Amino acid sequence: MKKVLALMLVAMLLAVALTACKKADQKTEEPAAAVEETVEEAAEAPAEEAEPAEESKPESSARAEIKVYNWEDYIDREVLNLFEKETGIHVNYVTFSQNEDMYTKLSTGAESYDVVIPSEYMIERLIKEDLVVELNLDNIPNLENVVDNLRDPIYDPGNAHSVPYMWGTLGIVYNTDMVTTPVTSWTALLDETVEGKIFMMDSMRDTVAIGLIMNGSSVNSDDLDELEAARKWLLDQKDSGVVDGYILDQAKDMMAGNEAAMAVMYSGDALYAMEKNDKLAYVIPDEGSNIWVDGMCIPKTTQNQEAAEQFINFMCRPDIAKMNMDYIYYSSPIKQVVEELSEEELASTAMNPTDEMVKRCEYYVDISSFKNAGVYDDIWMDVLM
Amino acid sequence: MKRSWYASPYALWMLLFAVVPLLFVCWYAFTTPDGAFTLANFQEFTKPRYMGVILRSLKLALYCTALCLLIGYPTAYFLAGRGFNHAQSLVVLILLPMWMNLLLRTYAMMTLLDDNGVLNAALTALGLGKVRVIGTEGAVLMGLVYNYLPFMVLPIYTVLKKMDYSVIEAAEDLGCNPLRVITRVVIPMSVPGIVSGVTMVFMPAVTSFAISTLLSNGKIRLAGDLIDYIFNQSSNPNRWNIGSSFSLIMLVLILLSIGFLRKVDPDNEGGGMW
Repeated sequence: MKKVLALMLVAMLLAVALTACKKADQKTEEPAAAVEETVEEAAEAPAEEAEPAEESKPESSARAEIKVYNWEDYIDREVLNLFEKETGIHVNYVTFSQNEDMYTKLSTGAESYDVVIPSEYMIERLIKEDLVVELNLDNIPNLENVVDNLRDPIYDPGNAHSVPYMWGTLGIVYNTDMVTTPVTSWTALLDETVEGKIFMMDSMRDTVAIGLIMNGSSVNSDDLDELEAARKWLLDQKDSGVVDGYILDQAKDMMAGNEAAMAVMYSGDALYAMEKNDKLAYVIPDEGSNIWVDGMCIPKTTQNQEAAEQFINFMCRPDIAKMNMDYIYYSSPIKQVVEELSEEELASTAMNPTDEMVKRCEYYVDISSFKNAGVYDDIWMDVLM
Repeated sequence: MKRSWYASPYALWMLLFAVVPLLFVCWYAFTTPDGAFTLANFQEFTKPRYMGVILRSLKLALYCTALCLLIGYPTAYFLAGRGFNHAQSLVVLILLPMWMNLLLRTYAMMTLLDDNGVLNAALTALGLGKVRVIGTEGAVLMGLVYNYLPFMVLPIYTVLKKMDYSVIEAAEDLGCNPLRVITRVVIPMSVPGIVSGVTMVFMPAVTSFAISTLLSNGKIRLAGDLIDYIFNQSSNPNRWNIGSSFSLIMLVLILLSIGFLRKVDPDNEGGGMW
């Protein structure tokens, strides 16, 4: 019996020792958790053919790693392989589906990320709450490539904490076979005569924004009456039974597969669906909408700021930005890429909205310090639950 | 050495990963973010929308348990039957889906039930009209039943398998017709299995999440989804406190139902895990 106890003790000690080892190793080799996807190194190219890799490979034998936290479906994975090949820095790539999810993960500080890519209003909040580091812009010379109107933004003066990754708008995608009169207004989302499904977004800010716009308010309203009017609009819409669901990434595939008539969507997802189904159209409604920028930031918890800056710089390289844009269909903020847009891309509302369209759109600002910030949440819960 | 010592690794495990987290939940539920004692977190749930979510969860969990029992009992009875030799392999078949992740199974379900999915393709091919399943309460119910059915079949099967067959023979000898054998002998003797199965289906069903969101396109949310939302997305500064208090309410609901079931099966013969 004593033997058994001794054996158990040994086993427990071993277990403790092993976990301790793992902790020590974590910096260089994080054990891949179930949800995390590690990028496989592209094996096809033999060593001598990968010329750029030779010059820039760091001398140190220890493999550096950065953890990148980005939106779902928001990168060309090949870009990560290229980055790894050129710099020798391994990318541990994880995704989120909403800014708010990302914020929860980041603010608890339980996990450390090296690069995160949230939207402008969330960046504003992260800066306010001191959760992101000040960038060493000397390490990001490619910031020069960013178009002028996205440099030095209001939410982050001087790009001290963030570098734009992609930008776009919020609008309605509809199937011109199922919705025969051209959509110009958000009121189309109330049309009960539409044969086919209508989807709203599973995203607090974007859905509440529509309620606010429909009552002539700013998408950043802190006025209780305006917010209540927005709540009423959204609940009336829900109760009328016209909404078939509140979803995110599934929407683009449903639209592409003729499974839905209309969906609220970000411009890039819209373009993705339109590439697959030429009966689809994207519109930024007349009443106005939201325009947004997603930016790359480095959280305070970073383990390797320099490598993270290297990554941000890499993403701003014209050829890489182009690869990304062609893959995810969002608009790149990189000058050289914009200059090379094709006729077709320039004519696309989703890729390149006209100045007039942009003018009726509004950026979100961080509402966390608003008097009625809780009302946004309350409205959204009423809509969802 | 006392025999109870053998359980110490498990006790340690429970202490670290069940008791301590539970204490945290209690702490958060009764405090404000500043750490002051409060009951306000519980007041939040007098709002009608939360009651709606709880009632919806209870209703769907009840339907799910009833359906699982209706489908599961005959299955278990058939499997435990004497004349049936392949029971073991069939039990493995019942367990098979559980080797896969619950989310994967639910995604598969979405593909099957979608408007342009396998089910509707089959219906169209047969010349019948399409049915809209995804997005309805029915779809959520199907998802729950599909995921939790094995938990009903297995405990009932175990109890029926252990049952002394001579009791049934005795009933038959004494002139009981087959139906009465089932209603008067088999079912009463398998009550522990039923209780265990009902508990094991009802508990996870009433607290389930993700299944409902996925199968309803985000239109129908259950208590689990609500807790998930409060913790992960809510911008409320008290979100951990409110989420914890709601978790506690669910916990009490579950404890109450366990207490109720204990009354039905006081000796816990069904080998219930809860």
